[in-house]
Amino acid sequence: MPSKTRGVLPGFGLSLGITCTYLSLMVLLPLATVFVRTADLSWSAFWSTVTDPRVVASYRVTFGASFAAALVNTVFGLLVAWVLVRYQFPGRRLVDALVDLPFALPTAVAGISLTTLYASNGWIGGYLDPFGIKISYTWVGITVALIFIGLPFVVRTVQPVLDDLEVEVEEAAASLGAKRWQTFTRVVFPTVAPALLTGFALAFARAIGEYGSVVFISGNMPMKTEIVPLLIITKLEQYDYAGATSVALVMLIASFMLLLAINLLQWAARRRLAA
Amino acid sequence: MTSIALPTTTAPRAVTRATGESRLVRWTLIAMALAFLALTLVLPLALVFAQALSKGLPAYWEAIKEPDALSAAKLTLLIASIAVPLNLAFGVAAAWCITKFDFPGKHVLITLIDLPFAVSPVISGMIFVLLFGAHGWFGPWLLAHDIKIIFAVPGIVLATTFVTAPFVARELIPLMQEQGCEEEEAAIVLGAGGWQTFFRITLPNIKWGLLYGLILCNARAMGEFGAVSVVSGHIRGETNTLPLHVEILYNEYAFAASFAVASVLTLLALVTLALKSLVEWQQRRSSYHPADPEALPERIVA
Amino acid sequence: MSIEVRNLRKVFGDFVALDDVSLDVPGGELVALLGPSGSGKTTLLRIIAGLEPADRGSIHFHGEDATDQPVRERQVGFVFQHYALFRHMSVFENVAFGLRVRPRRVRPSAAEIRESVMSLLKLVQLDMLADRRPSELSGGQRQRVALARALAVKPKVLLLDEPFGALDAKVRKELRRWLRRLHEEVHVTSVFVTHDQEEALEVSDRVVIMNEGKVEQSGTPEEVYEQPATPFVYGFLGDVNLFHGRINEGRVKIGEGELEAPEWADARDQAGIAYVRTYDVELRRVRSGAFSLEAVVRQVRAFGAVVRLELDLVDGGGTIEAHIPRGRFDGLALGRGQTVYVSPTNVRVFAQ
Repeated sequence: MPSKTRGVLPGFGLSLGITCTYLSLMVLLPLATVFVRTADLSWSAFWSTVTDPRVVASYRVTFGASFAAALVNTVFGLLVAWVLVRYQFPGRRLVDALVDLPFALPTAVAGISLTTLYASNGWIGGYLDPFGIKISYTWVGITVALIFIGLPFVVRTVQPVLDDLEVEVEEAAASLGAKRWQTFTRVVFPTVAPALLTGFALAFARAIGEYGSVVFISGNMPMKTEIVPLLIITKLEQYDYAGATSVALVMLIASFMLLLAINLLQWAARRRLAA
Repeated sequence: MTSIALPTTTAPRAVTRATGESRLVRWTLIAMALAFLALTLVLPLALVFAQALSKGLPAYWEAIKEPDALSAAKLTLLIASIAVPLNLAFGVAAAWCITKFDFPGKHVLITLIDLPFAVSPVISGMIFVLLFGAHGWFGPWLLAHDIKIIFAVPGIVLATTFVTAPFVARELIPLMQEQGCEEEEAAIVLGAGGWQTFFRITLPNIKWGLLYGLILCNARAMGEFGAVSVVSGHIRGETNTLPLHVEILYNEYAFAASFAVASVLTLLALVTLALKSLVEWQQRRSSYHPADPEALPERIVA
Repeated sequence: MSIEVRNLRKVFGDFVALDDVSLDVPGGELVALLGPSGSGKTTLLRIIAGLEPADRGSIHFHGEDATDQPVRERQVGFVFQHYALFRHMSVFENVAFGLRVRPRRVRPSAAEIRESVMSLLKLVQLDMLADRRPSELSGGQRQRVALARALAVKPKVLLLDEPFGALDAKVRKELRRWLRRLHEEVHVTSVFVTHDQEEALEVSDRVVIMNEGKVEQSGTPEEVYEQPATPFVYGFLGDVNLFHGRINEGRVKIGEGELEAPEWADARDQAGIAYVRTYDVELRRVRSGAFSLEAVVRQVRAFGAVVRLELDLVDGGGTIEAHIPRGRFDGLALGRGQTVYVSPTNVRVFAQ
């Protein structure tokens, strides 16, 4: 490892100066407004805002659907990553590139497309409607949109770990008499588990803040299918800044805690690999 | 000593590698994965184009050529042309100080750079309303000086820049960390100055990663919806970006037109994916591990 | 151009990399910094180059203070351990880099650059590969490009960090001789870091042995090998046998035998270790002289000009190794399990 040499390479002051200034003005100062604005509120006013039944219902929708979507993505993300890393099949590289579509596609486009797809007269919704299954404008629809948004997070976190997994380790397990399934559950899975958990957390974190792809399919019924981000916008449009910032603060804290958890997870995974 | 039963060589059979699955399992897994991806990714993609062309090609052209759509496209390009270069400069500066130097608080800085990714787009827009909106911190002052930020172009630029701030830095930091400082040190020892070292040594080494970051940053800048919709005010022909225009048309039940505009954004996404694959391929091709002469690509000529 | 290093100290966190190191490199010499990993040799080299600042001490190039001179102005050639070739440039462009980045008024013309680069590439025998990328070269070729690149700026001193570390054994040996010949040709003051004793002894005019941030000994290869100044140098260079004993008034008692050690005339019953090179051991079939230890032959490896024997000392002093000439071995007619008497011919005693 080449050592870091302060003093030989130039530009430390300049680059650190630019970075800190930009970050402070562009990111930290704007974010600080949420905390400062909420601090203006009395505790009881804040508490009654964030525990209002409609707000609590929206937490339930957002966190519930996000959790369900992240769970689905964990299972299928692992499957997709496995298939992409381990097997050769025609079109593999195309499929690999396509996995990033949710990163590249504007969320509003995903939103209207999924809504139309799962509406009762849509390509998929049309088949489900006769059985009385509704997806668009329900809790399930929200989950479907969040699955779309979160998939690449799991695949792209697990993929490099699977890629790095030495074949020798699996061969060793096989030579010691392990069956293929045992090798997977006892050797492969424990190795990718931290990455899988990180992927889950990333997908979950992205899902709780998601707006564009969900707002079309959710139907936005207060108490039933209203997500937290939409509630914040509604409050803003009614010039209820205090209400909007209070709810936003709750979401920010949840996001930061998730970010912290993700960083800890990645740090732990690196330590485990280094040991 | 007990004898070990060896597999007979008389009956040739397909040898399954110790670490492979049987054909049946393999193809079942592939089929499941592809079916899942078709359902979640391919169908929505196909639907965009099918809906866009559902009223025929002339209607499609009409929807795209329409003045409001054109002005939305112009605004979207303008926003990206401001936000992307800003974040490029920031990303390069951040990656330089983080990867070339050791200083206390480095890990905190890396986490702070990622912060905009952790924040809901809606909140990203809201914070600028809190700062510059009519009831915001600087609201009264801005009003007195007749400067409009919220429900105007500057607000959209700010929100977009915030949301896309981490992209370039995030691509460059791991790449430059892996490349170390030796080549730059060698250049300095040979008498090169700071900018010479950056432009002649560092930049050529990170160009693909940089391009990759720019592509992702640009895609997000043009496609951002949540943050922009909070600060834009949806004024047709003035503060409508393409994604907002899609929303308005959709909410007015002009589905075909809405999908037509959406298809333009979808094409942009597909181009982004293609460029991204190309860049990844280039990156793999151009990287070699200088420490390990044995681990070279096949291109070595003896 | 000579290098004078005075009282250098460098600390990384709690780790003392260099502890009051002083060193003189006479102009035109090829000097090896030899030591185990963590001995501070690379740090010393990087401080001489100006890649790392020292906490204390000074560096002079030919009497001129260079301690605070930035690396760009020091005019040193530095060859990095993993070469640090610019991977996006051809071999030619790599070597030309140092000339091309000069300010316009001191920059040679394109033709001059071309000429000097090509003559350097000829010197390192790579003129045929000028248009290749570093990724298309073998390890040894890359090493030579790195050398040519460092020499292109006509450095006052050439510094090489483990120049052969990343190469396989055979290429290493070839390049070693080649570097020696190259040095005789260009005659620039050169310092290289290595952890390989054979490499240091074979290539350099002078060897500086370092351990735990200190210089243990500095001298010609013959001096450091034949007259090691410290126990560490004894152990680090060549094979050595250790005899534990007690020193008293100029005499060392080891097992049954006793040795003269005039340099320890003042010692009073002190623990000591006698160091004896494996080839400074006389073997006899009968006991003779004041210091003659009884041993049993445990293992014989009799191939080549030198026969290597492993001997178990009878009084429990452990196992020692003796290298004796083939002719002598044949005269003794020794075999496994037989008894011999061991008399060291050249002993160096250090207190413990």
